[in-house]
Amino acid sequence: MSLHPEVIRLLIFLVGIIAFAALNAAYLVWLERKEAGHIQRRIGPKEVGPFGLLQPLADGIKLMTKQLIVPAGVDPILFKIAPILVMVPAIMSFVTIPYGENLVARNIDIGLLMIFAFASVNVLGLLLGAWGSRNKYAVISAARVVSQNVAYEIPMLITVVTLVMITGTMNLHEIVMQQQGGFWNWNILNLAASPLMPVAFLIFFVCMLAETNRAPFDMAEAESELIAGAFTEYPGMGFGVFFMGEYANIVIGASVATILFLGGWQCPFGLFPGVHWFLLKMYFLIFTVIWIRWTYPRTTFYSLLNLSWKILIPISFFNLILTSAMIKVF
Amino acid sequence: MGTQNIQPPIVQFAQLDKLLALGRANSLWPMTFGLACCAIEMMATGASRFDLARFGAEVFRPSPRQCDVMIVAGTISKKMAPAVETLYDQMPEPKWVIAMGNCAISGGPFLFEGQYGIVEGAEKLFPVDVFIPGCPPRPEALIEGILELEEKVTGSRRFPRVEVG
Repeated sequence: MSLHPEVIRLLIFLVGIIAFAALNAAYLVWLERKEAGHIQRRIGPKEVGPFGLLQPLADGIKLMTKQLIVPAGVDPILFKIAPILVMVPAIMSFVTIPYGENLVARNIDIGLLMIFAFASVNVLGLLLGAWGSRNKYAVISAARVVSQNVAYEIPMLITVVTLVMITGTMNLHEIVMQQQGGFWNWNILNLAASPLMPVAFLIFFVCMLAETNRAPFDMAEAESELIAGAFTEYPGMGFGVFFMGEYANIVIGASVATILFLGGWQCPFGLFPGVHWFLLKMYFLIFTVIWIRWTYPRTTFYSLLNLSWKILIPISFFNLILTSAMIKVF
Repeated sequence: MGTQNIQPPIVQFAQLDKLLALGRANSLWPMTFGLACCAIEMMATGASRFDLARFGAEVFRPSPRQCDVMIVAGTISKKMAPAVETLYDQMPEPKWVIAMGNCAISGGPFLFEGQYGIVEGAEKLFPVDVFIPGCPPRPEALIEGILELEEKVTGSRRFPRVEVG
């Protein structure tokens, strides 16, 4: 009996995507701890393996062998399903992301729409986990997360709509192919379409930080006031899966930013395009995310919402109108 | 691993157990939890000069559900004792306790005849694995305490012991 080549291809991509997500989650934690150390003039993990490289392995072993407490009074179904609800959409979003010319599991025409559809399920996972764990701190955190994500999804989607108007397609592969040539062809510098394109990138990046609940917008896990926010009652691997989901979401956010604004796998000088350029740009963005986290303190909740409703949304609307006017005129 | 009340396994996997012990010893996440002045030394241990992160033990988790080791840093007053006990009970197994400083060991300078305010040592509340003397102990002493706990978990010491001649 021989398998259909399409089935084999799908299986390979499935395994590859899950392995990529898990490996990234593990080693981004290492990068985060190491980077935090160097920003604070410490060394960071160094004794567990060379340069502390075995640290994620030790953490993984420990988290997996930890007792799984299901506290009395929690909702048994929601409590267990919530970490999966954060992890699965993240994995699903990897399906349409093209990491190279041919390195994509499924090249869907509405790939961009699919990624944002799945990205919004992430909030539901956090909300259900917090609600199901029957903890007042978790519920407060969930309420914050929902209002934060609703507030930041609007400028993010308006920016994406602007971009779709310029490119005329939601197919991620085509969006990258349109940015061929050199860095002056990238969407971030596409000033002919809209002079506000760099600002649009900035808005997208800030919204990505807020959507993935990273500091300075980490309202989900507000350590100083809400214990551990939505994760308060999760021991061992329940918490571990939540964190893997968070890091997978960061990888997706950085990948989408790379595709939309930084030309995906295209080389800045028009030479040797390939997956290495994609990874370089993506990891630079992730490095910046971690850098911001360990440099700035957390904002208060009100200034967070004010930033979105009073600054980001008006600017992104203005950019939308400006872009449509320029498309009409020129 | 004295404080654990886990039943011994029916089938023994010596190598696997060693691997698990190694994993646990190298990622001891303490609880963000200080009672008195020893907590200041605990913070200094995490900061740049002493850097607890080298041993992978800098992840101070704010929720007891995600912690492995509870550093009782300071005086346990009788009013605080129920809260400390609750936090200990909320931690998932396997869990360890470090009593840091003289107050957590025995009551320290507050121990005198007729005192009514403090608990005379963390061991009155729950089993303790490592005692770190000092008032307060220096950050080096806390790091030594964590290394001692690692030795207790894995059975072998990370660094050669310093002999004072």
